[in-house]
Amino acid sequence: MSGGPILEAKEVTKAFGGILALNRVSFHVNEGDILGIIGPNGSGKTTLINCVTGFIRMTSGRVLFRGKEITRRPPHKIADMGITRTFQIMRPYYSLPAYKNLVIPLFSPRAKRTGGWRGGGKLGDRDTVGIDILEEIGFERDSFVPYKMASSLPTGYLKRLELARCLALKPEIILCDEVFSGLSMSEIASMVPLIERLQMEGITLVMIEHRLRELFRVANRVMVLNFGEKLTEGTPEEVMADEKVKVAYFGSEEVEEVMSYA
Amino acid sequence: MHTEERRKERLDRGIKVRTVGIYSLMSWRELSYLTVPRVVLILGMLLLPLIMPSMYWQRVISIVCIYALLALSFDFLAHYVGLVSLGGAFFIGTGGYLAAILNTSFGLPFYLTIPIATIVGAVICTGFLLPCLPLRGVYFAIVTLMYPLVLGRIIEALNVLGGTDGIVGVASFPNRWLEQYFMILMVLLFLFGMRRLVNMDVGLVFRAVKDNDQAVKASGMSITFYKAVAVFIASTMGCLGGACLVHIYMWSGISQFALDFSIIPIAATVIGGGGTLVGAVLGCFILVPISELLRTFGTLRIVFYSLILVGFIVLRSEGVMVYGQRKYHQFERWVKV
Repeated sequence: MSGGPILEAKEVTKAFGGILALNRVSFHVNEGDILGIIGPNGSGKTTLINCVTGFIRMTSGRVLFRGKEITRRPPHKIADMGITRTFQIMRPYYSLPAYKNLVIPLFSPRAKRTGGWRGGGKLGDRDTVGIDILEEIGFERDSFVPYKMASSLPTGYLKRLELARCLALKPEIILCDEVFSGLSMSEIASMVPLIERLQMEGITLVMIEHRLRELFRVANRVMVLNFGEKLTEGTPEEVMADEKVKVAYFGSEEVEEVMSYA
Repeated sequence: MHTEERRKERLDRGIKVRTVGIYSLMSWRELSYLTVPRVVLILGMLLLPLIMPSMYWQRVISIVCIYALLALSFDFLAHYVGLVSLGGAFFIGTGGYLAAILNTSFGLPFYLTIPIATIVGAVICTGFLLPCLPLRGVYFAIVTLMYPLVLGRIIEALNVLGGTDGIVGVASFPNRWLEQYFMILMVLLFLFGMRRLVNMDVGLVFRAVKDNDQAVKASGMSITFYKAVAVFIASTMGCLGGACLVHIYMWSGISQFALDFSIIPIAATVIGGGGTLVGAVLGCFILVPISELLRTFGTLRIVFYSLILVGFIVLRSEGVMVYGQRKYHQFERWVKV
């Protein structure tokens, strides 16, 4: 089901002072694919997403979306094109109830353009649409959870709320920054089908992840970063087999375990 | 080790929960629970000019209303958009000088100068503040504090717009009843208008900008644009106050860039309760008359004034309205731990 490349990054470089956080990293994602980005802490994964989505200004390099240059556009313009992201440290609106959190993305120019959630045409009541999206993403509609203040929601729901904010924009691609981190095993188990469903709905995903087991279950291709440089890229199996990756990232014990799974 | 044996529990009153939705229409009791506080406020403000003992105190009502507009603008920007504004004097001065120029140079009557000065003044203020809107933090406060000082000095040094004498001979309101009721109606209009606005969808976007501007960017919206809209709304209130002020005093001068217009609204919001909007208005109705009463003490009044402020901050730091709303909507009881 993979189409042509939807998002392409060419030689993205980001220097913080003298430190090269990203050194000429290039990658592309094909339409409908799931690209995993892995790497040790501080290897530049989040910086890469920040550069691509315009949240920080890259030092050099280019980003293309469907062949169109989006380098150095402001973040809201990039989001407006359908390139959405989640934050590793969740960024809900704590003073608002969960469903009211979605009124904000539904108020955006893109949501107004793309019409109602599945409704087509003009948006109905944004509250109702918000609750519908929350239900899709795993908030129980008839419980009090969607109506609770975001400040009182547990991590699992906040991670889902991050995804819901992206979905409210009817995205073409979602860049997920560690959606599985901080979740319990059972919560992760319930998130995986959600990710698979998003892919089936035609949304392209880029996932930064430390939970390799779950990532390799869903990802079509994986890219490995280390010290701001791209180490390798390929299918999960190819990446696993790569000697450089083993040395740089996994350590001897874990690689056995994940290998046996893959 | 000492441990607390009981704690205070706060619960919403049943009637508060019952009156949230359409069910409030079920009985007179529930209806009046919702309407009585609003009716008391509206009637109380409309009756004020009638019960004031003298012309002097009637004039004070108009001035209180101008401060109330400024306090509303401060409360809205600070607690719903996250911009701490010290720009009361900037808004008053811009609106005031515009209205004075329109009236004396172009001969426009007050019912044209006030709306024109309000809208044009708000556009000018927003334009001046635009460069610091993309920044986060203290910059907005600094810049809003700087403009009134700069403009006041420019007028003084270059001797433009009447220099230190100001612009004299501005037409007054036709009569004092029109003046007072116009001011009171404007305050009520903006008070209920702002309360409605902050709960509308666009109001939620403003609150989201305060809560988490990165997430608003990630939602495909320009935070600078929404901040600019919010500053425009806030400066509309301020410029309206300024335009009315020059027609009340029949004079426009550098003292309209005085810091009183920036500081008193903030103090009033603290006393009234930040984030309630009503509190900001009530705070002005407490603070401004007190400062008038203290005039008899001469320069000592600043001491009394400070004591009252400190007392409020120490004893009721949440503000009168937050306290009042809590008592009205909730009951408290002690429970064993």
